[in-house]
Amino acid sequence: MANKLTRAVAGVQEWFNYRTPGLLPAYRKHMSEYWAPKNFNLWYYFGSLALLVLVNQIVTGIFLTMNFKPSAAEAFASVEYIMRDVEWGWLIRYMHSTGASAFFIVVYLHMFRGLLYGSAQKPRELVWILGMLIYLVLMAEAFMGYVLPWGQMSFWGAKVIISLFGAIPMIGDTLVEWIMGDYLPADATLNRFFALHVIALPLVLLLLVVLHIAALHEVGSNNPDGVDIKKTKDARGRPLDGIAFHPYYTVKDIFGCLFFLTICAFVLFFEPTFGGWFLEHDNFVAANKLVTPEHIKPVWYYTPYYAMLRVVPDKLFGVLTMFGAIAILFFVPWLDRSPVKSYRYRGWMSKVLLGLFAFSFVWLGKIGAGPGTDPVETIVGRVLTLYYFAFFFTMPFWTAADATKQVPERVTMHD
Amino acid sequence: MIKQAMTKLGLATVVALVAASPLALASSGGAALKPANTRVDNVASLQRGAHLYFNYCIGCHSIEFMRYSRIGEDLKLTEDQVMKNLNFTGGKYGETIHSSMPAADAARWFGKAPPDLSLEARAKGPDWIYNYLKSFYVDPARPVGWNNTVFPGASMPNVLWELQGVQHATFEPKEKKQESCSGEGEGCKNGQREVEHCKDGTTEIDGKCLVHLEVSTPGKLSAQEYDEAARDLTAFLQYVAEPAALKRQSIGVWVVLYLAFFTFLAWLLKKEYWKDVH
Repeated sequence: MANKLTRAVAGVQEWFNYRTPGLLPAYRKHMSEYWAPKNFNLWYYFGSLALLVLVNQIVTGIFLTMNFKPSAAEAFASVEYIMRDVEWGWLIRYMHSTGASAFFIVVYLHMFRGLLYGSAQKPRELVWILGMLIYLVLMAEAFMGYVLPWGQMSFWGAKVIISLFGAIPMIGDTLVEWIMGDYLPADATLNRFFALHVIALPLVLLLLVVLHIAALHEVGSNNPDGVDIKKTKDARGRPLDGIAFHPYYTVKDIFGCLFFLTICAFVLFFEPTFGGWFLEHDNFVAANKLVTPEHIKPVWYYTPYYAMLRVVPDKLFGVLTMFGAIAILFFVPWLDRSPVKSYRYRGWMSKVLLGLFAFSFVWLGKIGAGPGTDPVETIVGRVLTLYYFAFFFTMPFWTAADATKQVPERVTMHD
Repeated sequence: MIKQAMTKLGLATVVALVAASPLALASSGGAALKPANTRVDNVASLQRGAHLYFNYCIGCHSIEFMRYSRIGEDLKLTEDQVMKNLNFTGGKYGETIHSSMPAADAARWFGKAPPDLSLEARAKGPDWIYNYLKSFYVDPARPVGWNNTVFPGASMPNVLWELQGVQHATFEPKEKKQESCSGEGEGCKNGQREVEHCKDGTTEIDGKCLVHLEVSTPGKLSAQEYDEAARDLTAFLQYVAEPAALKRQSIGVWVVLYLAFFTFLAWLLKKEYWKDVH
């Protein structure tokens, strides 16, 4: 019996191998013989977690579209219909809304990991740039998704963000009208954002994710020591410090995924709005173009940039600052001129400045989420914005000047 | 070892920083809110709240995303009980709940049509509703004769007055005070400027200082009983805003336990595989 089964499996395998000779080599290249450094720490979970959340967003998104009505007249009520009348609709919706915030938490930590361990450095510049493109598209995707429930914050957030394009000289106003398809965010806006959110941007996102991983697998993963594991190989040409992605990192990531899902489930079932951070109070009021909410602010994951926009007095300059803050991230591979990758072997300057950078980013996020009426906070916001840019502009100098420690030949294990 | 601990610590700090401060609900110029202390899992409280809602509120405020049948199901009431005690508009059992007041008339009578309250508890928060219900006072200057310290200028009269009684507010004008200021500040003379403020123990509401609210003519309920009624009504609206909340938490316990158990198994599996990694 077993013999028969083994032969049947082998037969199927052979059938496929004959017709797709590239399949098995591809499996080896990306899974069973993708040599990943054995010293990945906690920070290295976030890549696989981002993939998990992406899948969650797509699957729950498909089910949401089955009941969501992309029209200004029906959208808000259809979301409540999903929350109340669709069987398990509330669960699907909360999985999607919690997933959106979880996505950004995971992506921000993933990006910070890159800065910590110099992952953008040669030869991983393309990996970094593709990652930044993913981040950019993700922000557009999340913004359009946020507009869909057509609550007050959807409407006013859309109005504020789209009107930013109005700051562009000459074509600004026409561009804003073109984006909205109306003079205000309206049915046309909602309908096209639905199309972009559900079809266009997810396709781009998926393509970029495939390219991001493909680019990574060409050059291999970095690690917390920043050691190039390809330098020390055994007789068969396998890196001594590398282990097969499958099964070692697949089982490790399964553990990471389940741990992460447990935390997410806790949020989803017990605090789905996360105190007004994941689902905002004002968005439980249907969009009304005649009533302006007291504080218009985007969801938490945009607030650092929103803070920058607000603390800069001039609108055009504010918009440039905001987009510049994202654009500058693309140049990190060339701004970082440290001879070592990991912060473990960098001097105090890099550690302090990077720590301050993370701190200022979070603080900016807090300012951006606030009412923006405190003049002291505006000053603080300006200082932090200045620091944000100074961190990157001066990076070539302090990374080059900072002391370094001897990087070991082989990776180190801590547990 | 230490480095790894630091990494974890840093991660935890970032997460904690972001999670630390729940976003404050917008309370436009009203008094500070006392906690509502509602319990949505208390079915008796929800039933009392529903009873109050359908006797005092539904005349003006629809809950258009809610169905009679859902209330029956969740509040453990029979169809008969719901239709006899809660449905006074002639709607069918499976239908959504609408007020019988035409919106156009409502807008003419009150200046603004009374809002639908399906999601009020999620938009404003239970504390806001609880305090709002307790903060009506007689104000002859208002078109309907009532005002509210939590929502100054509200167009709604106190429909619960026969329960609470008639409440009066004592206000006093703001005090003038000298305050030191810097040279360029607005209205700053010789490093001093005059500012108006409310004395300690009073709350600024609409440019006046509220000293206290007092029930002058008692209603059917004592102060404590009225607090309970307001709490029940708030709990009901909280339930109406998210009927899934009842199910969500009871299922959630099992989902989290299930995932935690599988996380443990996955950890064992990982440990087993990683035995040969040195």
